Amino acid sequence: MIPVLFFVILITFVLMHLAPGGPWDREGKQLTPQVINNLNIKYGLDKPLPQQFLTYIWGVVRFDFGDSLRSPGQHVSQRVLESWPYTFTLGAVTFLLLVPLGIGLGVVAALRQNSVADYAALGLATAAASTPNFVIGIFLIIFLALGMNRLTGGTFYLPTGGMPQPFNPFQVELIMPVITLGALPTAYIARLTRSSTLDTLRQDFVRTAWAKGLKARLVVMRHVLKNSLIPVVTALGPTFAFLVTGSFIVETLFSIPGIGRSFVASISGRDYTMILGTTILFAVLIAVVNLIVDVLYVFIDPRVRLSD
Amino acid sequence: MATAIGIVQQVDWDVPEQTGLWSDAWVRFRRNPLAVAGLAVIVVMIVLAIGARLPTNPGGLWHVLHLTGDPVQQEVTNTYALPSLQHPLGTDVLGRDQLSRILYGASISLTIGIVVQFLILIIGGVIGMVAGYFGGWIDNLLMRFTDIMYAFPDLLLVLVFVAAFGPSFWSIFIALGLVYWVGLARLVRGQVLSIKEKEYVEAAIMTGTSPFKLIVKHLVPNSLGPVIVTLTFGIPAAIFTEAALSFLGIGIRPPEPSWGVMIEDGYAGIFADPRQVIFPGIAVALTMLSFTFVGDGLRDALDPRMRR
Amino acid sequence: MGQILLQVEDLHTQFFTSRGVVRAVDGVSLHIDAGETLGVVGESGCGKTITALSVLRLVPEPGRITSGKILFRGRDVTKMDDDEIRDFRGNDVAMIFQDPMTSLNPVTKIGFQIEEAMTAHKRFSAGLAKGRVVELLKRVRVPAAETRVKDYPHQFSGGMRQRAMIAMGLANEPALLIADEPTTALDVTVQAQIIQLMKQLNRELGTAMMLITHNMALVASLCQRVVVMYAGRVVEEGPVEQIFDSPQHPYTWSLLRSVPRVDEARKDRLVSIRGLPPDLVNSPAGCKFHPRCPFVVDRCKVEEPPLAEVAPDQVARCWVLMRNARQEDVDAAKTSALSVEAAQTLKAQAKVGGVAGS
Repeated sequence: MIPVLFFVILITFVLMHLAPGGPWDREGKQLTPQVINNLNIKYGLDKPLPQQFLTYIWGVVRFDFGDSLRSPGQHVSQRVLESWPYTFTLGAVTFLLLVPLGIGLGVVAALRQNSVADYAALGLATAAASTPNFVIGIFLIIFLALGMNRLTGGTFYLPTGGMPQPFNPFQVELIMPVITLGALPTAYIARLTRSSTLDTLRQDFVRTAWAKGLKARLVVMRHVLKNSLIPVVTALGPTFAFLVTGSFIVETLFSIPGIGRSFVASISGRDYTMILGTTILFAVLIAVVNLIVDVLYVFIDPRVRLSD
Repeated sequence: MATAIGIVQQVDWDVPEQTGLWSDAWVRFRRNPLAVAGLAVIVVMIVLAIGARLPTNPGGLWHVLHLTGDPVQQEVTNTYALPSLQHPLGTDVLGRDQLSRILYGASISLTIGIVVQFLILIIGGVIGMVAGYFGGWIDNLLMRFTDIMYAFPDLLLVLVFVAAFGPSFWSIFIALGLVYWVGLARLVRGQVLSIKEKEYVEAAIMTGTSPFKLIVKHLVPNSLGPVIVTLTFGIPAAIFTEAALSFLGIGIRPPEPSWGVMIEDGYAGIFADPRQVIFPGIAVALTMLSFTFVGDGLRDALDPRMRR
Repeated sequence: MGQILLQVEDLHTQFFTSRGVVRAVDGVSLHIDAGETLGVVGESGCGKTITALSVLRLVPEPGRITSGKILFRGRDVTKMDDDEIRDFRGNDVAMIFQDPMTSLNPVTKIGFQIEEAMTAHKRFSAGLAKGRVVELLKRVRVPAAETRVKDYPHQFSGGMRQRAMIAMGLANEPALLIADEPTTALDVTVQAQIIQLMKQLNRELGTAMMLITHNMALVASLCQRVVVMYAGRVVEEGPVEQIFDSPQHPYTWSLLRSVPRVDEARKDRLVSIRGLPPDLVNSPAGCKFHPRCPFVVDRCKVEEPPLAEVAPDQVARCWVLMRNARQEDVDAAKTSALSVEAAQTLKAQAKVGGVAGS
């Protein structure tokens, strides 16, 4: 994991500094070369690149990610701390809703293969998976905010701006962002669960379970799902990664002051330190989640346990 | 839940047909209504897109034929116009003709989506072949590198690249190519490895002749199917990424009318006139959906196992 | 022998596929008495497995029992409702399957899988069931049973897995155990052990057995009576010794000829049955075996023979019957794979060519 992180930092660092232009470019009135020079000196940007890199690494090790270049006086870590509650709430609510929903839809579709419910679920899943999430978000806004507003003469509609309380999972403002963020991963998990369950249903041991005279509920839960959900668990890692990248778009769309939105802003503003810091944060998070998923996998599939 | 009696495993009674792969695949593809519909939509779209750029800008053939207006000409007196003969989809906030902008946007999206696959094919194909052919430490090195890239969510890396090179058509193009080759590399490597293990190649190695030509000769027909499917699925992903980036303001910049840019523009004025986002939104969704259906159809058609 | 345990009457099980209706079981009748071991033999695709699955109503989609009766102790299985059939499966009649690796849940402990067979029917309380699992494993000769209950299927060897499946089948002391090719997926040496075990269990427990196999040697070892199936029908039935001694249906005869026998002189060559298994959607007219039969006569091609008694306790479905077959045909079939027509053609050519035919 560490070498991966190192390379990530290296690549990002190199890219940042390769780029034409710098963090001091402003649209409209340009800063004078003098001011730019001073700023560069102040932030150590005049020093040779390798030195900058090492300085940065040294800082990272001590958890010091430097100051935001665009918002002087603010540490990168500070800005992250301010914004993470919103992203966390959005992500957690989405994840906790999408996983059971996706699995549930997939199982039902598989058990009623080729029925109306199956085709409906599949169709919905394909549509959700093929529409960009920001388009889904915009359509939601059009229908649930604008549309409802017009229909009900201003009494009922879903608000589109921001997220007033950071840790409250029951806010009305969360409805549209969560749907927007979770549509694609839910579809993906539903399809995966469906195909995995269909494969499992073909297996001989399911027939054995029926032959023993077990109740349908037991056959499905103990024999079918216990096997068919294994690949779904491995998909949780990439799902999490997808939620991370999805947050960039969703937070921007719905004006949620989270890490995703600040990352996007720091990209257009070329705030190197913010970009680096946030990238590292994401990389670490994703690596940790993947690690957890790997460990979980050993628990649920006894065939991969080495020692005995 | 179906009755206790109904759910047992499926039995495949159909015997697979023994005909040539490609003609057979086309027949199977034709039987898939969604895939055929998707293909039709794509063909129409390509025609429209080419016509929007040729003979010369702006508006191309369609403008010359007076079917649409001019995508860049602003008519400040005619903003948010309703559909008319002159402007079949109305005008936007600056009085520009919507339809021609959408068609122009189609040319951008299709170009990026389809052409970048060649870049991906070259990068991924070469890396995969080199890793598979040489094996040993080269393979190890390349695979570790691939793993690092894989550990990163795609969008994140693309964002970082684009941040480095500035938002533009070419930076997105290159960023997509540099990020999305991983899946193809793995695929190609796997194919090379499985061919390497075949007896005729081992024999060639033992007699001292270079198995390179042999491998290449067998590589192409074997992997053509999966490669085509992978690249086909890559197209909607690329289209999505470009649209998302442009929407976030770090992709293609206005006034060039990519669909993402149009959505971003329209989002600002969404309460005034949601039509601005609806049309490009539908356009993106429709395109992605069509390519996804075609990809599904191709995959099923080329699947040698013929599972239903 | 005693009371009839299972009576299958004119069973028809069909598969409704896009290519047509597959008549997998096309009018099969058979019976098993209490404590008896019945062998059901035939080549792959003849319907023996589907017959067994029909008894437990486990026929997979797109198949269905379309008509006929399956009477177990007088009750018709085909008319049971969901609760009754669940009670019936694994309790009155148990089934063990061909490949123990795929027939056991790979992520559940073996001990638990045997235990749930018992707890599902509430025959034993949870505590008693656990103890009984160990007992059962010991009875099927699984070494170190107490520790082995906590293992997963992939930790067992092939033979041990099959023993575990047998233990699972016998857990509720069923009156009838259906075994579908229990030794096919195993090594030869392990096969012998399992056969031994099954003989022992049949003696000790008195469980009736329906043994499905294409292996005639297995039938000779274990069974008292045998039913021979072809193309979804019964073509011969009778006591094992009688059938082995004088099989009347050409198919049975060919099956036996294709198995090397220790008690025969080496001079007779092994004969494989020429031709391919029949298409169950468009089956041949007349007798279903006639395209491959070395003793075919004209009547066979048009009219299907009924199952008729050919000896005490023995029935066969054939117009010709082995005892009526011409000796030269039998010799011809014994020494080569040619059909009778081809041999006649050769003879005719030899006459024309002036070579003296005999």
